[in-house]
Amino acid sequence: MMTFIKQPWPWYVAGPLIGLTVPILLILGNKSFGISSSLRHICASCMPANIPFFQYDWKKEVWNLFFALGIFLGGAIAINLLSIPSVIQINPKLVQELAGYGITNYNNLVPEDIISWQSLFTMKGFILMIIGGFLVGFGTRYAGGCTSGHAIMGLSNLQRPSLIATIFFMIGGFIMANLILPFVLSL
Amino acid sequence: MGNKNFETRSLDAMCVNESMLKHKWYHNLKYLVVGILFGIVLIKAEVVSWFRIQEMFRLQSFHMYGIIGSAVITGIISIWVIKKFNIKTIYGEPITISPKTFNKGQIYGGLIFGLGWAMTGACPGPIFAQIGTGSTVILVTLLSAVAGTWVYGWLREKLPH
Repeated sequence: MMTFIKQPWPWYVAGPLIGLTVPILLILGNKSFGISSSLRHICASCMPANIPFFQYDWKKEVWNLFFALGIFLGGAIAINLLSIPSVIQINPKLVQELAGYGITNYNNLVPEDIISWQSLFTMKGFILMIIGGFLVGFGTRYAGGCTSGHAIMGLSNLQRPSLIATIFFMIGGFIMANLILPFVLSL
Repeated sequence: MGNKNFETRSLDAMCVNESMLKHKWYHNLKYLVVGILFGIVLIKAEVVSWFRIQEMFRLQSFHMYGIIGSAVITGIISIWVIKKFNIKTIYGEPITISPKTFNKGQIYGGLIFGLGWAMTGACPGPIFAQIGTGSTVILVTLLSAVAGTWVYGWLREKLPH
């Protein structure tokens, strides 16, 4: 059992478990699954600055911050207690492509060659982490949700706006990964 | 203020607290536990891996599509069962899910988020899990995402919706 847990889990185990988060949150307290709102609650609690969008009773949504804190702890538990050190198995074509950009370190979930404190102050690192992070925060709020709120919760409830959002998440990702990122990575 | 507050929340917050019950803060610990379990799955399935995200957007692996697809199917079945059998919360309240309304933000914002997703390899959930694995530099990405959310709130009235 422990050997199974310590291996990377296949999609058909992980996917249904992620999907079950939807009914669990509803049954525990009528909460709609979604995480990007936590970023909004952080803004509302720390720096509302008289902006109407941040003027609401964020304390009512504090469950979402507990949930986000749990995800952080879950990450720490999984990596320290439930994993064997292993290298991520990905398509050899991608390995070859990334090697061309000097990305060869597969010891972590993020590529340490480009996403690390050392590379934060390089052009590449700055674009990937600072600009990338900004686009994630700005885009999810503009779209009214992220992969959890729209792609999983929204689609589970058969919401057409969520289908539209999910399609555009994917289009944005395809454009970045195939057309823009090769240029950024070769900086 | 009251009504405006309601509108901003119902129109824009994905995580509207539908419950009318008042609880002590420690009732939130159950969401901490669900978060921990969810975070473990994200790591174990490598959903938070930058490499896996790149593979998905280059159509080089079925892994991420399998995860998202089977998660959605599980969610659809769960919500159907909840509605069909009128399942209540553990406090006996009826379960309500607020419908989402379409606006152009889902197109523009969706595209912008997609660009950021493929750069960072992280959506708002995985960001927290990535930090938990010890990649402390992702804190910078998180702060930048908070800044992005703040700037959206600030510019909101001027943006097409």
